[in-house]
Amino acid sequence: MQVTLSWLDYLILLTYTGFVVGIGFALRKYMKSSSDFLTSGRSIPTWVTGLAFISANLGALELVGMAASGAKYGIITAHFYWVGAIPAMVFLAVFMMPFYYGSRARSVPEYLKMRFDERVRALNSVSFSVMTVFASGISMNALAKLLHLLLGWNYHASLWICSAVVLVYVLKGGLTSAIYTEVLQFFMIVLGFSPVVYLGLKDVGGYAALTNLLRGVAVNPSSLHLREPGISYNANAWTSAWQSLLAGPLHNPMGVDWFAMVFGLGFVLSFGYWCTNFLVVQRAMAARNMTAARNTPLVAAVPKMLFPALVILPGMIAVGLMTIPSKGYRIPAPILDSAVYARATAAVAASADLPPDQALKAVSDAVGKRMDAEKVAALVRAYAAKPLAPAAFNDRLWNAVAEYDYDGVILSLVKRYCPPGLLGLALTGLLASFMSGMAGNVTAFNTVWTYDLYQAYIAPKRSDEHYMRMGQAATLVGILASIGCAYFAALYNNAMDIIQLVFAFVNAPLFATFLLGMFWKRTTGTGAFLGLLFGTLASGVVHALTIAQGNVPGFKGGYLAVAHTFPSEMAQNFWLAVFAFVVCFSLTVGISLATRRSKSDEELSGLVYSLTPKIRDEGVAWYARPAVIGTALLGACVVLNLIFW
Amino acid sequence: MGLDIRWPIGLMFSLVGLLMTVYGFVTRDDAEVYRRSLGININLIWGLLLLVFGALMLLLASRKRGGGGPPGRG
Repeated sequence: MQVTLSWLDYLILLTYTGFVVGIGFALRKYMKSSSDFLTSGRSIPTWVTGLAFISANLGALELVGMAASGAKYGIITAHFYWVGAIPAMVFLAVFMMPFYYGSRARSVPEYLKMRFDERVRALNSVSFSVMTVFASGISMNALAKLLHLLLGWNYHASLWICSAVVLVYVLKGGLTSAIYTEVLQFFMIVLGFSPVVYLGLKDVGGYAALTNLLRGVAVNPSSLHLREPGISYNANAWTSAWQSLLAGPLHNPMGVDWFAMVFGLGFVLSFGYWCTNFLVVQRAMAARNMTAARNTPLVAAVPKMLFPALVILPGMIAVGLMTIPSKGYRIPAPILDSAVYARATAAVAASADLPPDQALKAVSDAVGKRMDAEKVAALVRAYAAKPLAPAAFNDRLWNAVAEYDYDGVILSLVKRYCPPGLLGLALTGLLASFMSGMAGNVTAFNTVWTYDLYQAYIAPKRSDEHYMRMGQAATLVGILASIGCAYFAALYNNAMDIIQLVFAFVNAPLFATFLLGMFWKRTTGTGAFLGLLFGTLASGVVHALTIAQGNVPGFKGGYLAVAHTFPSEMAQNFWLAVFAFVVCFSLTVGISLATRRSKSDEELSGLVYSLTPKIRDEGVAWYARPAVIGTALLGACVVLNLIFW
Repeated sequence: MGLDIRWPIGLMFSLVGLLMTVYGFVTRDDAEVYRRSLGININLIWGLLLLVFGALMLLLASRKRGGGGPPGRG
């Protein structure tokens, strides 16, 4: 079940660690002011900020969560990229970056203060800080869990050691260090995982063969225990992005209708994340001039568009492999602890003379999971003939569990295909993705804390050196808080759904505020503040009143009452976002019309579209203009959607 | 900001590529090592590719000082 690393793998891992820490130390001498530390002094070339932009987003969410979703839902997961990312990234580059960069705000909350007032900033900076810490914690939990599974490393030790590495290089080189290491991490992730995907695809016989295998799975997913018995989809459910979506929520594995997908994910959640999340926007704000800032998300959009091949395909390969018995592969089952094994051993021993269905029930109850009937029967027979050694018994029992820990997909493929050497590289890629995500969150957190909370409300008018020290302290506190959240996140199974839920609460209404703020000068601070507040509350209330099929009322919704049942958690999250957006949008418009403007046209120049001189890209070659590149990217995105229609 | 990131990237991938290439070359006749990778000596192939990538980064860094410029217009 576990794989041991050779000296070579450790050497590759150490080389990488040495370089990221080294980058931090090399940049230390440039950290002279708080703005060097927290905003990079706006001095970084486009290709660097672009790759950092995408790398900061490439945390646990991507590699682990997307492979998990690829296995659970198939290629429909690619909508998180082609619908849920590219259009928003282009919009950010072409329409919104001019205001972020041009206003010379140091953070997204600071822009909100300039555009509206202190209340909006306070609300946004508090909710953003909480969200980054949570996102970071979720990612770290996933990392530590994987390392425990793959290498048998101690959960707590890996959590604290990885955090320590990130702490060292962020503390030394600040945002610049995070951005530079993110570029290194980007290449590490891509170059570390492509060979694994290549070998996996070769193993199942190529993409055409994989498509055929998945057609069989879609018709009868319960044969692999992927769904409850009796559920059947159209044959193309795992392999077509749009046909299964348009067939309706009951006919696609994600259980989502097209409107929730296109409006909920593609518009509300996606624009809310990419256009207002300081974690990514901060990278573009560190660019050295306006064109560089605007091109940052566009540079990032190119790899983003191609990532499904790297992160979703492995999940599909995993399902394909399971259909070929001779490959001897399964998506890992959830980890069982030793008490469960002890109980199960007793149950198996006592089941020798029971009829098969009673034996299955006894063993399933002892394990607390759904079990595969045939494998349990075989195990009971084998045990009755001759008691197995504990290690062999545990292995067979774990194999008989008919539930999956989808987050384990990626690591199980790494284990399966990587010889020593490549194993070290792929593992380093995995570590790199977690570190880049964590560093991204921490650098966004320390800036918002220092400038938007500490300097704004707690200790204004101190020396710059004071704020720089506070930025460093916030780095430490942010990492410690993330570790706390990691332990909290350990209680949940699929990290992806939780992150979506958090985003739904916080981000969904936010884009309405920015949209109105940037494009409608009549929007007032009071309108924005109350709209945002009630939009967030609305998503909380909807969550408390609805539930996804198969869930019991509680943490996953419906704890006040169950007014509506969605076909899946994903659908619940998307609709939650739609609802929050609509509430925020209409309240902001209504209240703005009822309240007096607090800022004059002059004050809003550079902050609102109609009051800002249009940017003329005349000094820039036509092919390097953001609008041109953006249009080309959207065209490429449409082509991808058509290819995988 | 002072440091051209292509130097560390180039150095790191050259180093890792070299490690994998040498290991791949030494173990080229060891079928047991490459049973997992479907009989392909992936260390040798991928190690060489990383070496080329690392060398390319170093080349770009040494040709243009100061950290700007291509790839992807700066």
